[in-house]
Amino acid sequence: MRARLILEDGTECVGTAFGKVKETYGEVVFNTGLTGYQEVLSDPSYCGQIVTMTYPLIGNYGINRDDFEAVRPYIHGFVVREHCDEPSNWRNTSTLDELLKAYDIPGIAGVDTRMLTRKIRYHGTMRGLITTSDAPLSELLDSLRSTPLMTDQVARVSTKSVFSCPGTGHRVVLVDFGAKHGILRELTKRQCDVVVVPYNVTAEEIRRLQPDGILLSNGPGDPKDVPQAIRMISEILGEYPIFGICLGHQLFALASGADTMKMKFGHRGGNHPVKEVATGRTYITSQNHSYAVKEESIAGTGLTITHTALNDGTVEGLSCPEKRAFSVQYHPEAAPGPYDSGYLFDRFIEMMENAKEESSHAKTR
Amino acid sequence: MPKHADLKKILVIGSGPIVIGQAAEFDYAGTQACQALKEEGLEVVLINSNPATIMTDTNMADKVYIEPITLEFVTRVIRQEKPDGLLPTLGGQTGLNMAVALAEAGVLEAENVKLLGTNLDSIKQAEDRELFRALMKELGEPVPDSTIVSTVEEAVDFANEIGYPIIVRPAYTLGGTGGGICADEESLREIVASGLKYSPITQCLIEKSIAGMKEIEYEVMRDANDNCIVVCNMENIDPVGVHTGDSIVVAPSQTLSDREYQMLRSSALNIIRALGIEGGCNVQYALDPHSFQYYVIEVNPRVSRSSALASKATGYPIAKMAAKIAIGYTLDELRNPVTGQTYACFEPTLDYVVSKIPRWPFDKFQSANRKLGTQMKATGEVMAIGRTFEESIMKAIRSLEVGTYHLEMKGASEIAEEELTARLIAADDERLFLLGEALRRGWSLERLHDLTKIDFFFLHKFHKLVAFESELAQGLTEEKLYTAKRLGFTDRKIAELAGQTEDEVRALRKQHGFTPVFKMVDTCAAEFEASTPYYYSSYEVEDERIETGKKRVIVLGSGPIRIGQGIEFDYATVHAVWALQEAGYEAVIINNNPETVSTDFNTSDRLYFEPLYIEDVMNIIDAEKPEGVIVQFGGQTAINLADKLAARGIKILGTSLENIDAAENREKFEALLRNLNIAQPPGKTVTSVQEAVVAAEELGFPVLVRPSYVLGGRAMEIVYNNDELLEYMEKAVKVNPDHPVLVDRYMVGTEAEVDAICDGENVLIPGIMEHIERAGVHSGDSIAVYPPQSLSDTIKQELIEMTTKLARALQIKGLLNIQFVIYKNQPYVIEVNPRSSRTVPFLSKVTGIPMANIATKAILGHSITEQGFTPGYHPEEAMVSVKVPVFSFAKLRRVDITLGPEMKSTGEVMGRESTLAKALYKGLVAAGMNIPTHGSLLVTVADKDKEEALGIVKRFRMLGFKLLATAGTADYLEQAGLPVTRVNKLSEGTPNLLDMIHRGEANIVLNTLTKGKTPQRDGFRIRREAVENGAVCLTSLDTATALLHVLETITFSTEAMPAQRSGAQVAVTV
Repeated sequence: MRARLILEDGTECVGTAFGKVKETYGEVVFNTGLTGYQEVLSDPSYCGQIVTMTYPLIGNYGINRDDFEAVRPYIHGFVVREHCDEPSNWRNTSTLDELLKAYDIPGIAGVDTRMLTRKIRYHGTMRGLITTSDAPLSELLDSLRSTPLMTDQVARVSTKSVFSCPGTGHRVVLVDFGAKHGILRELTKRQCDVVVVPYNVTAEEIRRLQPDGILLSNGPGDPKDVPQAIRMISEILGEYPIFGICLGHQLFALASGADTMKMKFGHRGGNHPVKEVATGRTYITSQNHSYAVKEESIAGTGLTITHTALNDGTVEGLSCPEKRAFSVQYHPEAAPGPYDSGYLFDRFIEMMENAKEESSHAKTR
Repeated sequence: MPKHADLKKILVIGSGPIVIGQAAEFDYAGTQACQALKEEGLEVVLINSNPATIMTDTNMADKVYIEPITLEFVTRVIRQEKPDGLLPTLGGQTGLNMAVALAEAGVLEAENVKLLGTNLDSIKQAEDRELFRALMKELGEPVPDSTIVSTVEEAVDFANEIGYPIIVRPAYTLGGTGGGICADEESLREIVASGLKYSPITQCLIEKSIAGMKEIEYEVMRDANDNCIVVCNMENIDPVGVHTGDSIVVAPSQTLSDREYQMLRSSALNIIRALGIEGGCNVQYALDPHSFQYYVIEVNPRVSRSSALASKATGYPIAKMAAKIAIGYTLDELRNPVTGQTYACFEPTLDYVVSKIPRWPFDKFQSANRKLGTQMKATGEVMAIGRTFEESIMKAIRSLEVGTYHLEMKGASEIAEEELTARLIAADDERLFLLGEALRRGWSLERLHDLTKIDFFFLHKFHKLVAFESELAQGLTEEKLYTAKRLGFTDRKIAELAGQTEDEVRALRKQHGFTPVFKMVDTCAAEFEASTPYYYSSYEVEDERIETGKKRVIVLGSGPIRIGQGIEFDYATVHAVWALQEAGYEAVIINNNPETVSTDFNTSDRLYFEPLYIEDVMNIIDAEKPEGVIVQFGGQTAINLADKLAARGIKILGTSLENIDAAENREKFEALLRNLNIAQPPGKTVTSVQEAVVAAEELGFPVLVRPSYVLGGRAMEIVYNNDELLEYMEKAVKVNPDHPVLVDRYMVGTEAEVDAICDGENVLIPGIMEHIERAGVHSGDSIAVYPPQSLSDTIKQELIEMTTKLARALQIKGLLNIQFVIYKNQPYVIEVNPRSSRTVPFLSKVTGIPMANIATKAILGHSITEQGFTPGYHPEEAMVSVKVPVFSFAKLRRVDITLGPEMKSTGEVMGRESTLAKALYKGLVAAGMNIPTHGSLLVTVADKDKEEALGIVKRFRMLGFKLLATAGTADYLEQAGLPVTRVNKLSEGTPNLLDMIHRGEANIVLNTLTKGKTPQRDGFRIRREAVENGAVCLTSLDTATALLHVLETITFSTEAMPAQRSGAQVAVTV
């Protein structure tokens, strides 16, 4: 079936519908990963977005049981040059098309996705609409332009109730703004006793859980859309070791008095170089963000920039050693993307250990 | 970290001649490296024995030494130049081995030269099997069960322990020379024995076969600050078992999930870190298709063929970055030259699919064993880019120039089921096309997977292509036409299937607006702005070409490297591009060979990485609207497109199509020579066996016979009598009025060759080359000498006059090449090539005349005099230069090495010295000959050659060589008073001469062709045995004489004092 992707600047891409056939709206973004489409489309941070993959062949190795980053996908639409109906991989259990159908997600294939990417690069992220209707472009554009972007994505993807993934190690409260499974995987791999809490958890509720550390997860949208989390973080900052990832990093920055901004088209992919300021070493990282911490807003907040994006110089990591808190804009849990930054979880564990040691010293003294 | 301050002068070692396993990719790498170093203000000294390279142009380095890459000569250069550093990682295995040899000989330490990029220990850890496996164990990186052996018995013991099949990999050899897969003890014994011989350290790795797994490669880079990146990963369509150089490869990997991709990525980074490499490195993996289990197969601690492919596939210039890292830069300091605004420390991402298909020499070597295994056999490769796998692989297929433009091949439908099955199991060069055939026969994908172990993903894709053929056969619709184009079908194939003409399909396509757009290769999938003029076509929506409004010219490249069309043509292509730019034009290049300098996007103003197939070329011409197209630098590939382009109204710049035809069409050419009163060996065109017999009788034996419809000396033979003629006419060719056979008198004379430039009026002859081997040996396989050493001034004058006359008569605008034979003091023209030739780079280098540059400007209308050159014969240089062919016989089993009218060499080297003997010495040494100064000479020559051979053998004897011969030859030599040790012929039982060669008891084998080319013949086996055992094998008496000349110069003969005269003659004083 013929489908169209309409952008708010009037661009019209014609292709073929796949997945669920229905109309969908969302912010159109591109991801440059060569592999990892299953992780991308199940990453809750893409909630409300229409994602296009720059690599033209998507679905080659199918969909498997293990590589979901959330129980279900939250993306609003998927745009590809070609989707594969005869996938091949030993773990494959279904096709991309079947998955999208099962979760009511519309897809469009056959699109010149490179053209689409170039449009986004020039104009910045735009709103878009995938439709199979034959309505005239002007009509569709009117409807697109009058549909506001979502602001409640975090509430949609965050867990509704507290649950625990018991472990024998440090107790980590994972504040779920749309946490990827990868973060849980990294914590449980390190024997952490994880308690997952909703985004609107209060400082008091956290204290009751007596954590050794707090992990602020990734999540979708504008950090300023979750003010209650910013308040919560500012309250507990300094009480427990804190590690923020992606949205969690932005919230940590806001809670510390810094500011955030929307980027032209963000960073999405698994090939982004990030420089560690202290060592001068560069790491290839997995990224997915539209917002960034404003560099000029850092002064006077007590925060230090620990990492910067090599290409555009944007803030990629912050720390506040006195308060035992640090954060990164990228994804050390990978999935998809390179494993180079997994050591940050070790650093978090170490931080919790040091904190425990100091407090036990304090007690014995 | 900025560059090391203590480095001022750097020595770069090139890779030497083109051989199988080491081709043009190292010219690309070396050229990039030299440019990268010079950019930094460093003084660059280069040594490479291969004159056909861009890197040996004198403007590429501050000092260029075209000298043998041997310890002796490189040491000499080091002592003379006193470089601060040595960059060994860009000259392939040759460069790396040389660096190890220099370090081990203590030269680097003595001369205080720092090894850059990769240190000696790392090289050894990666290259020495045992050290490598120890390191992998330490890192926890899995390697297949294996052991290192230095005897055949050890190998057999190990195999008995772990079971067959077993893979044998000799240590420190190029392209897997001497290795293979063994299914049983017999083959194991054979392969290990030969492997041990090829390994310079007599070591082989014996390994449990993991054939059938997915083969995946990672190209990684690291700097001194431990920053590591993956430039590209690649997946072989052919599973483990076929050498990666012989595999069809796609980039990026297609069937790996992110977990598998990242697992192997992490492993590759682990390995490059552990090895401490500062530069590029390649890691090859076998991945179990049913689990996460993987094995590290091999690590190359240097820039490789795969790096060249990865560079072209991504746009990321690995060699250039590796050179910068070697002198101290870190990746995060270096800009990504493609975007200019981002940094080199990132991982390229692709938004297209790249396919590579190797190009094998089996069209030339029909008797060769075509089976593919762990020893590489391809001479070159093509690469293609598409937005879908189908588009990409179909483009690659039509880039191959193997007579097909689709997933099919002639004659496949006649192959019996049994044979088809067998050839799908054991891959050969045609397996891709056989897959197409099997699918057309309706074989199931499961069956094909069982036979080939090729991943279902690819089988589905091939199936899709074949299935769409039937769709088209049911009638063409607008929608089907669009789908077919998006699947990479040619207009011609669509027309064939739909029962229309190609023109109709093309017209229909244009009517619907189905023309390809051009997309950019930018390393970043359009995330960042890039301005690289590197394009590929696709049936998509948006065209990204930037219109500059400048006048431009398209230069057609020469496609994949193959025997007869090597790197020389890329050299000329690149120079043509530069000349166009100097003349104020925008130079556009079309080529599909990822190994070359011409496909470096920095070379031209616009690079189209596309098939040199008429439809693709026309699409580019339609978009670019050039002033014209230059076809004379891209070898036969480009020339073959000339008439098709002209027929479509495209202007061919340079020599006109009519005149190209006048030189290439035999009848027209004969008429032209008659008009000009220029002699040509008498010959006839015959259309039946009977006519051939009559013609040969008239002309007199020996005659040179060849089919008129085959180019490049294929199936050309010299026959000495009627029986041989009949055998040839009946077996070798199918003669009929449509396929005539040419019969020429074979003149046993000296061959000479001239390259000239003509502006339509004036003719500039940079030099005349004389061939060491007499006419009858293909000019590409002969040793060429400049300036001529035995031609009289009168002859030279005649050659000059004939060349000038021919150039003017053919209205040559650009280059031309003429081959002559001088018979009984009279020159005859053998052939005229109205284009750039194989000898252009050699002659340009030894005379200092930039031939391709002048020719290009002549094509553009600038006369030779206007360009500041004097027409006529350029004064001869004082130094003697020789061009020596290099063969890859060790890699090609069952190929007869004897020199003849069919070209067999893959590359060439140059030797330049004050005398012929010294130049020959350098040339032979550079070509890899281990010149024996003493030992034994095994002689077995044909009757017709015995008399002439006697003189040669006598001279070897004078130098102290022991003589070995089989009965017939021994009788002859003994009659002449020479002491000979008799050896058994093959039929006379063991030990026979093969055993002697095998045991290394014959240092030089002199064997001339008796008759016939069937591999069973004794002579063939003798020659093969010699090659496989590294003995010097001479098949031409002329080469033997040349070698003698060298030996007599570098050694002294010993001769007893003459006996005292008898009393009668001596006055006795009392």
